[in-house]
Amino acid sequence: MDGTALLATGQTAAFQGASVVLSGIEKRFDNVGAVRGVSLDIRSGEFLTLLGPSGSGKTTTLMLIAGFEAPTAGDIAIDGRSVVALPPHKRNIGMVFQNYALFPHLTVADNIGFPLKQRGIDRATRARLVAESLELVRLPGYQARYPRQLSGGQQQRVALARSIVFHPRLLLMDEPLGALDKQLRESLQLEMRRLHADLGITFVYVTHDQEEALTMSDRVAVMHEGLIAQVGTPEDLYDRPCDRFVASFIGESNFLPGVVRGGENGMVVADCGGSMLRATAQTRMPPGEAVTLAMRPERIRFAEPQRDLGGQNRVMATIVETVFAGERCRYLCQCEGGISIVLKEPSSATIRRRVAGERVELAWSVADTVIV
Amino acid sequence: MGTVAIASVPVRRVTSQRFAPFLLVAPLACYMVAFYLLPLASMLLRSVADPSWTLENYRRLAGDAVFLEVFWTTLRTALVVTLGALALGYPVALALSRLRRGAATFVLIIVLLPFWTSVLVRSYAWMVLLGRRGLVNETLIASGLIDAPLKLLNTPFAVHIAMIHILLPYMILPIASVLRQIDGALLRAAAGLGAPPWRVFLQVVLPLSIPGVAAGALLVFVLSLGFYITPALVGGPRDLMLSMLIAQQVDLLNWPYAACLSVALLATTLLLILVFQRLPGVRDVLRTATQ
Repeated sequence: MDGTALLATGQTAAFQGASVVLSGIEKRFDNVGAVRGVSLDIRSGEFLTLLGPSGSGKTTTLMLIAGFEAPTAGDIAIDGRSVVALPPHKRNIGMVFQNYALFPHLTVADNIGFPLKQRGIDRATRARLVAESLELVRLPGYQARYPRQLSGGQQQRVALARSIVFHPRLLLMDEPLGALDKQLRESLQLEMRRLHADLGITFVYVTHDQEEALTMSDRVAVMHEGLIAQVGTPEDLYDRPCDRFVASFIGESNFLPGVVRGGENGMVVADCGGSMLRATAQTRMPPGEAVTLAMRPERIRFAEPQRDLGGQNRVMATIVETVFAGERCRYLCQCEGGISIVLKEPSSATIRRRVAGERVELAWSVADTVIV
Repeated sequence: MGTVAIASVPVRRVTSQRFAPFLLVAPLACYMVAFYLLPLASMLLRSVADPSWTLENYRRLAGDAVFLEVFWTTLRTALVVTLGALALGYPVALALSRLRRGAATFVLIIVLLPFWTSVLVRSYAWMVLLGRRGLVNETLIASGLIDAPLKLLNTPFAVHIAMIHILLPYMILPIASVLRQIDGALLRAAAGLGAPPWRVFLQVVLPLSIPGVAAGALLVFVLSLGFYITPALVGGPRDLMLSMLIAQQVDLLNWPYAACLSVALLATTLLLILVFQRLPGVRDVLRTATQ
């Protein structure tokens, strides 16, 4: 497509995001598999995050999409066309790097104008588009500055402006907020969401920060040791983690080992250290099978002894440790039979703070108990 | 808080600590004053006070056709050598910065190898290569490309070739050091934004390497200005360089004139260093390249 014609319309929202299909891609460095067979459908216009700890292969996957690395096996298709043979400068993908990668010898205007210059766009149009994109990232009038004269947050905005000024249909971001402090990160997260909604293009975002992933994404792909552990909406991942890794990487979880004793209608009853607990399960499980139950600490409550609403797991326990953490209070409880459970309760002047040694009854919904 | 803490330290300790580094430098400083600074001062003095206080020597220098021609030859030679070293050295520096660690070390050793041989030996080697019956001429005649030997030795060409060979590392090392420091993410960013490899080089790599080029060029140019042995051995009688003229005048016991020439060479060199040091980034490169 001709860049000038595309840009001349000036209507950013008119562009549709690209779709990306990864089919069994692998990448080995010196025979060590960084990515070991990743298949993923990234839909047109969605905000997808690759989430994982360092070394999980998320950045390598991004580099493969961008074309900075060639896959050892598998195929990458953008809008149905394989791009594996295409060098990065012909892929027309926007990219934001962790350390911004602004050209230190160029002004803000020349940095943002760089992709336009490569596409042979004349000086006047370039100046107009640069000004427009600076408006978009809320840095109007910064054209003449050099990157070193800007703060980290401002540099990140310039990098963002540079990556979208040529109206790519796909934007890749590699931990773009990693080097910024928490408050700035949170405000930029919201701006990126806004930008995503305004532009309507596909965002593929890499982060190791699970909170960031949950806040910003339409869908999250959790990566672990070069593979995708689970793909889903933030709610899917949080409420229905498919395995122990996802359950522990995203948010905090209690894990209770147990043995299946029975079950029916998408429910399993397991014996966890003497307590019979119920959990939701997708598949039927034969009695005697070893399982792990997982539940979130903030979904467990201190039960009032008289009220049993049904559909709940209840166990007796003793408080071992109490930690006040501002918005929440965290309790470590020891149950009969030796299992320990962590519970988080919102802190409030009206809620009585429990003390260590106190006997309590814990209760949580069967729906909040999953098998991992 | 910090100022309070500093103020509470006894004054005497602070001063003794402040002077400790100077004590460490003192032996070398004394040596330099005795064997370098004093002779230099005596030379300066001689250029204006021999036999009596006068600027006559300098006035003569400005109108002296021999000096002006030699000065011009010196500058021209330094310029040609600098450009030649840049043309040959930049690609090597680029390769050095792109190679893997092991291969880079290997190339670096090859680049530095000539450093371990004296300039004299290398200059003689060029005489052997470029002579009338030298290796180059013999090979060309044997291959039938020429009938009679070319005059290679004792020409400006020989001076340039030999000096470029000797000075190449001074060009390669600062450039390679700057190129290595360029963040790989910048190159990926440029490619990702639509720049084909040659544009990545012209618009990103080359401009970012300018401090290294300036530092390398300065080193090579300044060293060229003072070259003596090589032009004396492989150059012709007409390729007199400033340092050779100075030696000639010393032989003739024309001390005031020789002192004048030395001051002119020193002043030119200092001027160049001062100008180049003001270019952004060059000072840092000179500092890291010499480490």
